[in-house]
Amino acid sequence: MIKEKENTDETKSKEKKQAPIIEIKDLHKTFGGDNKVLKGVNLTVNKGEDLVILGRSGSGKSVTIKCIVGLIEPDKGEIKVFGENVLNLDKNELNKMRVRIGFLFQSAALYDSMSVRENLAFTLAAHKRDLSAEEIENEVMEALENVGLQDAVDKMPAELSGGMRKRIGLARTLILKPEIILYDEPTTGLDTITSREISELILDIKHKQKTSSIIITHDMACAKLTADRIMVLKEGVIHAEGTYEELEKDEDEWVRSFFE
Amino acid sequence: MILSLKNTFAEIGDATLFAKRFFKEVFIPPYETKEFLKQCYYIGYKSFPLVAITGFIMGLVLTLQSRPTLVEFGAESWLPGMVALSLIREIAPVITALICAGKISSGIGAELGSMKVTEQIDAMEVSAINPYNYLVVTRILACTLMVPILVFFADAIGIIGGYVGINIHGDVNFYRYLSQIIQSLEFLDVIPATIKTFFFGFFIGMIGCYKGFTAANGTESVGRAANSAVVTASLTIFIIDMVAVQITDLFF
Repeated sequence: MIKEKENTDETKSKEKKQAPIIEIKDLHKTFGGDNKVLKGVNLTVNKGEDLVILGRSGSGKSVTIKCIVGLIEPDKGEIKVFGENVLNLDKNELNKMRVRIGFLFQSAALYDSMSVRENLAFTLAAHKRDLSAEEIENEVMEALENVGLQDAVDKMPAELSGGMRKRIGLARTLILKPEIILYDEPTTGLDTITSREISELILDIKHKQKTSSIIITHDMACAKLTADRIMVLKEGVIHAEGTYEELEKDEDEWVRSFFE
Repeated sequence: MILSLKNTFAEIGDATLFAKRFFKEVFIPPYETKEFLKQCYYIGYKSFPLVAITGFIMGLVLTLQSRPTLVEFGAESWLPGMVALSLIREIAPVITALICAGKISSGIGAELGSMKVTEQIDAMEVSAINPYNYLVVTRILACTLMVPILVFFADAIGIIGGYVGINIHGDVNFYRYLSQIIQSLEFLDVIPATIKTFFFGFFIGMIGCYKGFTAANGTESVGRAANSAVVTASLTIFIIDMVAVQITDLFF
């Protein structure tokens, strides 16, 4: 009897361990009355997993991840993050969840009027108001060290190159120690070498910080390096799913077009 | 025509909700004191030279233009009082507010509009920082506080400009000039004029923030937000002024 109970507990615990950290069901979003961008997206991200979403421009990739953090409200569907339905959360609950989710914007979205130090310190101080100036400085330097840009601490965003901006954006995301990171085209607009550096950084962060991620990209080199699993989005629905190697051999012409 | 009218009313409705949100959020912590003081510096201190020069010219030109008429009626001694009254009651508040609409409202519109299109406002939102509280509340509060102060300085510098204008054609002692002004001024000349400057400041900040915050995606919309902020704020200043004058007439 006791053994039976132990087995049940073990099963429950395993189920809990394997429960997806992000779960999206039947997500729909229409803009301007007739522009249907998402037409029933279903996806899951497991703990510790890096999911890459591939798709052509306008296929709804960015809209999907913006729905996850509540930047865009979907018309229909369910989004569960850490087991909680994002769409049912009030403002305070949503903000608590957002602290646990990092978001790297395509443009990095650094605050123009602030130096690199201020960009990071501002985000940190907003959530940890009891930290001393010295503690904030230490955390800022630690986050910059993670992306290898301690020397840029006093620079303004306008003085940074595209790759540096992405790294600082990533450091700003990391400073809150998120459990999930959503990357919106992290290598777009960068040269091949810098793109590879950013992809390696994403991988490095995953291993060091044990994060789960959704990476939106057109860059197949980035996808190959970072993806545990790939989903291909076509016209607002998931068209194909698998590992890089599986999709590379896929017979669907549209899927193969990404690998050619 | 009907569509344009409908859009105008829809925008007035949106702006009203935007302003309503200000009165709700202004009391909710965290209070962004540092950002508020920074905005006071930019809005107040950085606008002071422009307001000072304009104020001085207003006083000087008003004196020079009014003098011949008053001399014709033998009422030259009324000149200091008339200049001070005109400046304090109407000219300094409206001209200063219009300068602020051009400089501050457009600046805020362009700044927030550019933050919107480069996803900086979204970045704050996803970092669980309330962008309305940090960007909008601080700017509207700073405008509401700084515009009246700027108007006060414009009044004072305009009066000095008037003194210079009088002394171009005559020789009047500064203390005599001041005492004439003080004698001709009543408490009720100053109070309604001061109250309306708070409204000017509030609307200058609110319109700039609203236009910037609601800018559409795309760099073109940044210029449009700045331009629209100036036009709307300037028009609003005249409307507030008209209403203020009517209310003052009614009660004082």
